[in-house]
Amino acid sequence: MEILVCVKRVPDTAENEFELNGAGNDLDRDDLVYSVNEWDNYAVEEAIQIVDKVGGNVTVVTVGDDESEEVLRREMAMGANNGILLSDDAFEGSDGKGIAAILKAEIEKGSYDLIMTGAQADEGAGQVGGMLAAMLDMPYASLVNKIEVGDSKITVGREIEGGNQEMNEMQLPCVLSIQTGINEPRYVGIRGIRKVAKLDIPVKSASDLGVEGVGDAGAKTKRVDYFVPDLGDGAEMLEGSTDEIIEKLIEKLKAKGGL
Amino acid sequence: MTQIFAYIPYKNGAAEDIALEFPSAAKKIDESASLTAVVTGSGADLDKVVEDMTGIYSEVIKVDNADLAYPNADVVRKALANIIPLDAIFLTAHDTFGMDLAPGLSVKMDSSYAADVVDFEGIDGTTLKAVRQELGGAVSTHMTIDIASGAVMTVRPGSFAPVEGGSAGGSVTDKSGDAGDLSAKRKFLEIVEAEVGDVDITKSDVLVSIGRGIEDEDNIEVAQELAEAMKAVVSCSRPIVDAKWLEKSRQVGTSGQTVKPKVYMAMGISGSFQHLGGVKGNPFIVAVNKNPKAPIFQVADVGVVEDILDFMPELTEAINDL
Ligand SMILES: Cc1cc2nc3c(=O)[nH]c(=O)nc-3n(C[C@H](O)[C@H](O)[C@H](O)COP(=O)(O)OP(=O)(O)OC[C@H]3O[C@@H](n4cnc5c(N)ncnc54)[C@H](O)[C@@H]3O)c2cc1C
Repeated sequence: MEILVCVKRVPDTAENEFELNGAGNDLDRDDLVYSVNEWDNYAVEEAIQIVDKVGGNVTVVTVGDDESEEVLRREMAMGANNGILLSDDAFEGSDGKGIAAILKAEIEKGSYDLIMTGAQADEGAGQVGGMLAAMLDMPYASLVNKIEVGDSKITVGREIEGGNQEMNEMQLPCVLSIQTGINEPRYVGIRGIRKVAKLDIPVKSASDLGVEGVGDAGAKTKRVDYFVPDLGDGAEMLEGSTDEIIEKLIEKLKAKGGL
Repeated sequence: MTQIFAYIPYKNGAAEDIALEFPSAAKKIDESASLTAVVTGSGADLDKVVEDMTGIYSEVIKVDNADLAYPNADVVRKALANIIPLDAIFLTAHDTFGMDLAPGLSVKMDSSYAADVVDFEGIDGTTLKAVRQELGGAVSTHMTIDIASGAVMTVRPGSFAPVEGGSAGGSVTDKSGDAGDLSAKRKFLEIVEAEVGDVDITKSDVLVSIGRGIEDEDNIEVAQELAEAMKAVVSCSRPIVDAKWLEKSRQVGTSGQTVKPKVYMAMGISGSFQHLGGVKGNPFIVAVNKNPKAPIFQVADVGVVEDILDFMPELTEAINDL
């Protein structure tokens, strides 16, 4: 089975405190720690496990800049066979549809049985997988937390409200967005990444792919600025030494039925 | 005139709460827009929801087809693409069905797409201004959405004020005949219910809830000791379950349990909307987080900026000394 997994390099929410830049139109990105999108890691792990079982190849692809190469290498260190970087100044400022259109152009150059994305990335939109499927006229399932591979079909479980699971039968080829928890992504250390450091990762431009109308000019949905909302008073922050804080907290917990 | 269509999700013949929230969202898009509810399905459940929607919406579209009995997004999408005018604004919930349906629908309708909108700030010409969040709620953004050739958008449940339903006296249009070819390459099989665990976190008045801030499986003991001291139960956010450190039945949130405790201790939890979506009944929320900017502090009653791995043992000791 030929599997393509779309991945993205994102600011790591667990590692960063986000600040706005001076102009307020972007994050202060100077000191941000980036990593591979959490959901994508589960997708790559799942693809590797499927290929281990039924044979085939896992290819990871990303739309990004030079620095995005590091996430491709990381996923190759996990066990993905190939990496492809789609990079061009003309891609900058693309909205979800622009990104999906760029990926579609690459997908049509290959022959994939299964295409996976993470269920969502840093923007929390969860849009690229569903758009890709519609553009490619393939069946789609989002938030997938179980995959069983059959001959020309697969059975997938989707995680729905309350943690219940919706089982579906899908014809191949299809597009799936993968939810966290579907597996336990393997650990990759520095040594693993070193092993794949020399592997060739082809870089493809807009003209290589033959895509137009993407990027900022083609985007119908645009981010104007970032801001931190003022949601009223927020929490009463307890301050002082730890002992003082604990004393105040215990009083409050007693009053509210917590103790 | 702006035409807005709202897709009504429902279960067992009862519409989800967001059915009462779409009208407020529509007003914030365009005060003078027409608003139509769209209900798809089959049989008695569908009829019941359509009837209920006539109390909230002046126009209701009903699409009845056996293939729509279960909301398989690949099937519903085909029907909607034939029924909704291509230049209209289409709203659906940012829930597991809306996430499945909407991105592809925007491609099929050649419309703009915006996901998980939490607020609208009106239309200027053909540009709609919307607010959404990124990075797990750490930052918000203003978006512009070109609606010249329509827009498909998912809105976050609970973000718009619910209206009073009951007296709209709406009229129903049956568009079942317009659904078109509903064959699909994805077939719904069954629902597998979530497993029941050894503890029922929904029954506890006090929850000590841990998030990714617990850092390591071995540290869970520290939370258990605090819970014991407080006669509480340990619950958690999703990453703890993903890591298989606790059972799924301990997870609070939209894809886990809905809890209604009196006191909720959020320990090293950032406060994503999917997590908070499972915290109901307006409990007294205590948040301990080492990041003073964590979104959880916007919803908590009391906040402490400390490392939970230091703070929880000290709190446990102090409570045990009482
Ligand atoms: C469809 C869908 C459904 C979902 N359903 C759920 C759900 O049901 N429940 C759920 O919880 N999530 C759910 N999620 C995931 C959700 O979006 C968030 O990713 C998740 O809630 C984050 O969990 P967290 O707050 O523990 O982790 P993080 O967001 O990583 O936050 C960890 C917090 O701990 C703090 N911290 C770190 N170390 C320490 C320390 N030593 N001391 C104090 N503080 C520390 C950090 O500052 C941070 O604020 C869902 C996502 C999707 C897409």
